Amino acid sequence: MATVELRFTALPEHVRTARLVAVSLARRAGVDDETLDEVRLAVGEAASRAVGRHRAAHSPVPVLVRMTDGDGRFVAEVVDVAGEADARGDMGTGQVALRAVSSSGTESMDSGALDHGVRPSVDDYLDDGADSIEDLLPPGVDLAVIGGLVDDVEITTGSDGSTVRMVWPVVDQRRIDPSAFGTPITSA
Amino acid sequence: MDLSLGTRTEGAKTVIEVAGEIDVYTAPRLREQIVQLVDEGKYHLVVDMENVEFLDSTGLGVLVGGLKRVRAHDGSLHLVCTQERILKIFRITGLTKVFPLHATVAEAVEATD
Repeated sequence: MATVELRFTALPEHVRTARLVAVSLARRAGVDDETLDEVRLAVGEAASRAVGRHRAAHSPVPVLVRMTDGDGRFVAEVVDVAGEADARGDMGTGQVALRAVSSSGTESMDSGALDHGVRPSVDDYLDDGADSIEDLLPPGVDLAVIGGLVDDVEITTGSDGSTVRMVWPVVDQRRIDPSAFGTPITSA
Repeated sequence: MDLSLGTRTEGAKTVIEVAGEIDVYTAPRLREQIVQLVDEGKYHLVVDMENVEFLDSTGLGVLVGGLKRVRAHDGSLHLVCTQERILKIFRITGLTKVFPLHATVAEAVEATD
């Protein structure tokens, strides 16, 4: 079990840094190629969200990405300490654990505090209602993307900030080819 | 450069060639490009995403904003994208229903809204 932590000032240019590190570690942990694209996108979305929350809260504190491998899985946690900042219509107050379990990736997450943002309709996307055109998607789309990509995601919020925890399975190479790692085979 | 942009005219439309990564850091440049084109009176746009290596929800937001801008002038915004990993985020967000998606620039240029 190994952990790598990355802390970066909440700047948009470092979201890519977080993506690169996460993919590199996930690859090393044995996550398969197709899933690496999901890791890249999901960690990127979570990191972008954290950066947005820190900037909305005018927080100089770095965003934290903690990545762990072991026990047949790769875990990435993106932690913001932006308090209850409500950046981009994000969930704000209270202790909320939002668990998304979705095998197909197309179903919405359990709504919980995300009722307003899951799978917006076409009208939601195109209806601005104001004079200025905003390049913003309806609130919660970033979390909906994460939920659509990751089977096991948990988002917890508290008075300090929030954590997006994403878990991906890893195929244990040794089960496929026990000799690949030089582990002696002892027959039962 | 994480993102490179180029534009050219094809038929009655303007094609924006995008290469690289569109994320929270680089998306503003794509947004500026679209705004500039609309300011120049170019309301029928094709965004060629075939060389896009990464697209996230911020990039989607810029594309949606672009669509809204051109539609305010009765224009159009079509996308060229055959890469499954890029199409995935459109599918997850339901945006395949919002954007006309094409397999080639030629097809996108010929399409009438």
